[in-house]
Amino acid sequence: MISKLLSSLKTWIDQRGLNGFIILAILLAVVFPLAMDSFRLNLVGKYLTYGFVAIGLVMAWGYGGVLSLGQGVFFGLGGYAMAMFLKLEASDPISTKIQSTPGIPDFMDWNQITALPIWWEPFRHLPFALLAVLVVPTLLAFIISFAMFKRRVGGVYFAIITQAVALILTVLIIGQQGYTGGVNGITDLKTMLGWDTRTNSAKYILYFVTVALLLASIYGCQWIQKSKLGTLLLAMRDKEDRVRFSGYDVAMFKVFAFCLAAFLSAIGGALFTLQVGFMSASFVGIVPSIEMVIFAAVGGRMSLVGAVYGTLLVNFGKTYFSESFPDLWLFLMAALFIGVVMAFPDGLAGLWESHIKGWLARGRAALRKPKNPDAPPSQIVQPDADVMTMQEIGSPPLARSASGSPRVPSGAGMQVSGIQGQSA
Amino acid sequence: MSNTDFVLAVEDLTVSFDGFKAIDALNLYVNQGELRVIIGPNGAGKTTLLDLICGKTRASSGSIKFKNHEMTKLAEHKIVRSGIGRKFQTPSIYENLSVFKNLEVSFPRGRGVFGALAFKCSDDVKERVQSVATEIGLEGSLDMEAGLLSHGQKQWLEIGMLLMQDPELLMLDEPIAGMSAREREVTADLLKRICKNRSMIVIEHDMAFVAQIADKVTVMHQGKILAEGSMDKVQNDPKVIDVYLGH
Repeated sequence: MISKLLSSLKTWIDQRGLNGFIILAILLAVVFPLAMDSFRLNLVGKYLTYGFVAIGLVMAWGYGGVLSLGQGVFFGLGGYAMAMFLKLEASDPISTKIQSTPGIPDFMDWNQITALPIWWEPFRHLPFALLAVLVVPTLLAFIISFAMFKRRVGGVYFAIITQAVALILTVLIIGQQGYTGGVNGITDLKTMLGWDTRTNSAKYILYFVTVALLLASIYGCQWIQKSKLGTLLLAMRDKEDRVRFSGYDVAMFKVFAFCLAAFLSAIGGALFTLQVGFMSASFVGIVPSIEMVIFAAVGGRMSLVGAVYGTLLVNFGKTYFSESFPDLWLFLMAALFIGVVMAFPDGLAGLWESHIKGWLARGRAALRKPKNPDAPPSQIVQPDADVMTMQEIGSPPLARSASGSPRVPSGAGMQVSGIQGQSA
Repeated sequence: MSNTDFVLAVEDLTVSFDGFKAIDALNLYVNQGELRVIIGPNGAGKTTLLDLICGKTRASSGSIKFKNHEMTKLAEHKIVRSGIGRKFQTPSIYENLSVFKNLEVSFPRGRGVFGALAFKCSDDVKERVQSVATEIGLEGSLDMEAGLLSHGQKQWLEIGMLLMQDPELLMLDEPIAGMSAREREVTADLLKRICKNRSMIVIEHDMAFVAQIADKVTVMHQGKILAEGSMDKVQNDPKVIDVYLGH
């Protein structure tokens, strides 16, 4: 009975391609909390907030072909919106009574500002702050991408523009010290609706909230990938004109991919603020934005699950190496990025698909059939119906292909073996 | 400009690239249900004309009316949605997707961002994919990756993708380029079948093929129309012989 249930569960999982998702879920929700102390777990929680950016990049860059080198902007805006709420709650008149103007954030007081700016006022309310976390970055992404993609600006030019936006926002935040906290950022965040976010138990809860939201985001993105929209994004990368002249407004699909990435980044930013207890301009600029692209590239830009592993691995590496060799870290990171892009363009996930998976399958097949080890696992494949049709109506023996090279009849057989290679 | 009974009425169309007039004050009328073939030497402006009709290139002046609606200012996807399908010269299919997916994606439903998110491959879509695949002779290869098809089959698949949209005007740019003699015959039959309830414009060089399919032939030369009429008439026109057939 139970085994039957398990096997039907297994087919359900296989059908939806959820294997990797479930392994990641178990690792994040069970293994890490059991194996790590609260300090390390909080560190993982922090890395996972970058994971939101990385899966956003998988959708925008990997699927949509829209490379953004400015995801820090949206991560930062989400984080700042959250930090503004928390800062206002931490700046009650009693705990700020030594300031010349009690009841406003400390950095405003230091900058001789005597009243809370009007646009800070709504951030006293959590629902507004949460809405701002989600809406402001997405809206900005919409404006940027709509303006660019409708004018057919894309590729490298778009990437450069996102860089410029990251730089502009950094300069703005640092320059407007009185309103934004400047270089230091918004610090000393304490409670959310009276709930102290600095305690160990709060950190555990926030870790699990992060994991749950990250897994939900991955699930949602997988759903989008499997929808017609996902197919269209892939089709656009291959033949953009064909999609356009099939009646689709290509620009709007790219806008969607970019806005989705911004939306996810903003969630990550807000969770970062909650877990780490501050937000500053150092997460907005060009360098953090490029680091985030490296996370996705190392993990595999076509794999949502892979992007999370990439984020964890690079960040563990960063923590370890920057403790041991602080001067070398940036060079190591650059080498890692170049190495991955040159040698494994599909990142860790690509490596898994192309090497380890096949190796595991062969190992399993060998274990199952110990009696005739000579037989390779996938040798008997009947020439199927496809071949018949191709030979019936397809090219006669010496048809020439466009390039003019003679097409020999065995070409059909070669193509079929190509398919086997794909499915193996 | 007045309304007409023509499916497509191109009037006074001009496009110039840095002073070079690729299309020069061209008039072209296509009837309901007509299969028109455009021939002409290289650089005559045949492909540019199709580009203009489907919006890929913008006209400098003149008008393109499809079912009496002006097309020159519309965005490309809106031109497609009003019923004009265009096949490119080199087979333009999604190599990494299966033949089924290639056809499914071309089905004219769920064309907006959120429409595409909500799109379900329901039975009517599957039926349509199946019937189009049968029409283009790929019903046995639906699960195959499109990149693995032969060159001719790729051409047919792209025609099939257009058929999914059921356009009222179908424009094909050299559909038999690179095909074998047998494939050409199959394609000629296919074109004759699918033109039954729509108008078509085909650009082609192969005269035997043109004679086989054309209702009416238009000869273009240096961005202008040199001659128009039945294949016989055009072939015996001294101007045409001079610039094109005689060479």
